[in-house]
Amino acid sequence: MTTTDSAPSATGGAEQELQERFDTSIAKDRRIEPRDWMPDGYRKTLVRQIAQHAHSEIIGMQPEGEWITRAPSLRRKAILFAKVQDEAGHGLYLYSAAETLGAERTELTERLISGRQKYSSIFNYPTPTFADVGVIGWFVDGAAICNQVPLCRSSYGPYARAMVRICKEESFHQRQGYELLMTMVRGTEEQRRMVQDAVDRWWWPSLMMFGPPDGDSPNSAASMAWKIKRHTNDELRSRFVDMTVPQAERLGVTLPDPELRWNPERGRHDFGTPDWSELQRVIKGDGPCNAERMTRRRTAHEDGAWVREAATAHAAKQAARGPRGSHTEEGTAA
Amino acid sequence: MADTDDDHIYLSLAEEHGDGDARWAFGTGFEDPLHGVETAVPAGVDAVRLAADCAALADDALVGAQRLAEWCTRAPELEEEVALANIGLDLLGQARLLYTRAGQADGSGRGEDAFAYFRDADAFRSLRLAELPNGDFAFSVVRLLWLSSWRLALFTRLAHGAPDPVLAAVAEKGVKELTYHRQYAADWVVRLGDGTEESHRRTVAALAGIAPYTGELFTGAPVCGVAPADLRDEVTGVVRQVCAAAGLELPEAEPLPGSGRDGDRTDHLAPLLAELQSVARAHPEGVW
Repeated sequence: MTTTDSAPSATGGAEQELQERFDTSIAKDRRIEPRDWMPDGYRKTLVRQIAQHAHSEIIGMQPEGEWITRAPSLRRKAILFAKVQDEAGHGLYLYSAAETLGAERTELTERLISGRQKYSSIFNYPTPTFADVGVIGWFVDGAAICNQVPLCRSSYGPYARAMVRICKEESFHQRQGYELLMTMVRGTEEQRRMVQDAVDRWWWPSLMMFGPPDGDSPNSAASMAWKIKRHTNDELRSRFVDMTVPQAERLGVTLPDPELRWNPERGRHDFGTPDWSELQRVIKGDGPCNAERMTRRRTAHEDGAWVREAATAHAAKQAARGPRGSHTEEGTAA
Repeated sequence: MADTDDDHIYLSLAEEHGDGDARWAFGTGFEDPLHGVETAVPAGVDAVRLAADCAALADDALVGAQRLAEWCTRAPELEEEVALANIGLDLLGQARLLYTRAGQADGSGRGEDAFAYFRDADAFRSLRLAELPNGDFAFSVVRLLWLSSWRLALFTRLAHGAPDPVLAAVAEKGVKELTYHRQYAADWVVRLGDGTEESHRRTVAALAGIAPYTGELFTGAPVCGVAPADLRDEVTGVVRQVCAAAGLELPEAEPLPGSGRDGDRTDHLAPLLAELQSVARAHPEGVW
C-alpha cells in the first residue's frame, strides 16, 4: 500500500542540507508549505493520503445522498442536502490540497474509478432506513472527527488548513446526526427499533474506520515520524469508544459488544475485537456496496464527459475570440 | 496542545444546545427572513387566494428542489454538485416559507410538512415544466434557465408590490437567490450551446423539448396582483438573449393545453411525490 521508505534519505551535499532543514522543520513543529523542499516519500505519502481522503468524501456522499429525496420532513431534507453538499465541498478542498503537491484532480479521479486508489471502507455499507442517516452522523462523522482533528496539526500546511475547516463542518454534521437520533428515540416504538438496528449495524464498521491494529498498520510509522499523522490507530479507536459510550447511554441505545465495560484501572473502556477479516474483505472489494458505489461514481464521471468537454471547448473558443466575447463566466460554479 | 482540545467538540455532543435549530441546521437558514415582519393577513387581502398562490409557488419550488436533489452524486463535475445543491437548497427554503405562509393564511394552521407530505398529486398546483424528469444536463440547465428567469421576474414584482408583507419578504430573499440561479443556468446554456457539436445538439434538443411547456408560465389568473402574461416579454427576452450568446435559436412551439396551476398534471408528478413522501407516510406518527 505504501510507496515510502521508513527512513527517507537524501544524497549529495545540497540535498543533505535540504533534508536537514526539512527534518528541523518537522522536529520544531513548523509547517511544510508547497514550495518547500520535501522528500519524495513524504510527498507521495501525502498525495496518497489526501487523495484517499478526498475520494472518501465523494463516495461518502452516496450512502446518505440516497435519502435526500425521501427525507421525512422538509427540515431534515434541508439538513441532509446541505450535509451531502458539504461533503462535495470537502472533496474539492482536499483535491486542491493534493494539487499543491503536483497531483491533478483528473488523474486522481481516474485512479479512483479504475480502483487503483481506495476510499474509506465504511462507505461500502448500505443505508436501508432513515435512522442510518442519524447513525452515520453520530458514528461515522464522529470517528472521522477523532481521526481528523489531530490532522489539523499535520505538518503539511495546506492539508492542515483544509482539515480545520472540514472538522468544523464535520462536528456540525455529527451534532445533526445525534439530534436526529435523539428526536427519533422520543418518537414511536418503531422509530426506536430503527435507531437500535442502525446502531447494531454501524458500530463495528465504525470501529474499523481507524484502520487495522497498530501491529498490522504498515504506513503508520513513517507517517508518525513525519508528523503527517499524530496518533496510532488503536489510540484513536480507544478514544472513540470512550467518548461514544456515555452518548449511547444518554440516547438509550445499546452498543452491540458484550465485552464493552469500564476498566477503572486503565481509566478507559475495554472492548471486543472487530472482525478484521471483514475489513480485509471490504477493502478488497467484497463489501456489500463496493460495486454499486464505484459504478455510480464511474457512471457520473462518464455521463458528464460531454459536459466537461463542452466547457473546455467553450473556454478555448472564448480565449481565441479575445476579451470581448459574448459572455464571460469564469468560475461561476466554484 | 493537549488532546483535551481535540476532544472538546466531541464531548459537547450530548449536551443540550440552547440555540434555535434554524441557527445551527445549515440549509434551514441562519437568518430569519421574516424577522420583524407582521404575519397577520392585511385587511383587504383575500386570504384564501393568498394561501393558494403561496402553496402553488411552494409546489414549484419543492418539485424543482426534488429534481435537483436527484442530480446529487450524478453531476458532471464536483463544482456542479455544489452548485446544483445550492440551488436546490434555496428552492427548498422558499418552499418551506411559502407553505408556512399558506397554512397561516388559509386559517388551517397546517405546517410545511402537511403540504409537502400529506397531499396527493391532484392537490398540487406546480408548473408542469418543473415536474418533467431531469433528462441530460442540457435539459436540466435549459429548464432551470426558464424557471429561474420566470420566477425571478415574478419575485422582483412581488418583492416590491405584494400586498402581503410576508410574501413580499419571502420574494425579496428569493430575488437574490434566483439571480444566481439564472446566472448559473445562463452560463451553462452558453457553454453548452457554444461548446462542442454534441453539446450544441443536446441543447437544441432540450430547448425544443421544453418549448411546449413554457406556455403555462404566462397564462392564468394574477398571482398576488401580478398577471403571468405581463412576465412574458421580460422572460422570453432573457432566454432569447442567452440563446443568442450561445449560438442557439429559441424555438417556437404550440403550447401544451391546460395548466399545472389548474391541476393539469404530467405523469411524472405522482412518482416524484411517491418517493418524496414514502418515509413520512410509512410512519404517520413518527417524529423527525
